[in-house]
Amino acid sequence: MLIRSTATLAALFLFGAASQVQAADKPTDPEIAHIAYTAGVLDVEAAKQALKKSKNKEVIDFAKDMVRDHEAVNVQALDLVKKLKVTPEDNATSKALTKAAAEERAKLAKLKGAAFDKAYVDNEVAYHKQVNGALETLLIPSASNAELKGLLETGLKIFQGHEQHAEHVAGMLK
Amino acid sequence: MPQRYPWIALALAIGAGQAQADTIQVTIDKLVFSPAVVDAKVGDTIVWVNKDAFAHTATIKGGWEVMIPPKKSASLTLKTAETADYFCRFHPNMKGRLVVVSP
Repeated sequence: MLIRSTATLAALFLFGAASQVQAADKPTDPEIAHIAYTAGVLDVEAAKQALKKSKNKEVIDFAKDMVRDHEAVNVQALDLVKKLKVTPEDNATSKALTKAAAEERAKLAKLKGAAFDKAYVDNEVAYHKQVNGALETLLIPSASNAELKGLLETGLKIFQGHEQHAEHVAGMLK
Repeated sequence: MPQRYPWIALALAIGAGQAQADTIQVTIDKLVFSPAVVDAKVGDTIVWVNKDAFAHTATIKGGWEVMIPPKKSASLTLKTAETADYFCRFHPNMKGRLVVVSP
């Protein structure tokens, strides 16, 4: 499916970037903060598109949960970078995520009704899986600041919860 | 002995009065219910104290649900003797269990 292919492509970017950084050097804390924040913003944007387009209560509730949780995580992230006097730094992984999300939004914009709902929720499952993979294998192990690492670990739990929540909604749409 | 029965009834009534309902606290911190397993009796109240900046629920599949807003508490008085596995509907990776017995 096309939806999967975008997610896979983004995953390839991420893991491609991951293997490169592991070969060269790990992402820095400012880059990690930027990636984590970007991942949250992109999911909020996806949710806002769903809130505009979907008529399905389950999907709308799920999208509202995504907005609420990711905005809350990002408030914490901004507070932390201020406290640590870290300026988040744009990087290849953030750019790849942003580009893939823009393509996904453009594709979803052409869909309606049940087709949109299914495509949105399926992509949410894939997206959260992909970000969880990046958090577990790259971002958390690379983070040098303990507080940043702690926030990422909480973020991972939230994202894992979202992945399961999205899978549950996907099951209901079948 | 017939005349003993009222004493037994009275003793039981006093006994029941002494089985006081307790309030049991479950803390939610970084998406973890703690303690994960709570032993309680019918009539006790569970108070979930949410330290997270995220809304959570305590949900029984096909049963009750308690909404626990961010940085707030929510409570439930137990009415049935049952062992109930509950989870957060928003983050199904959060799990807890209530073991509720008759007082």
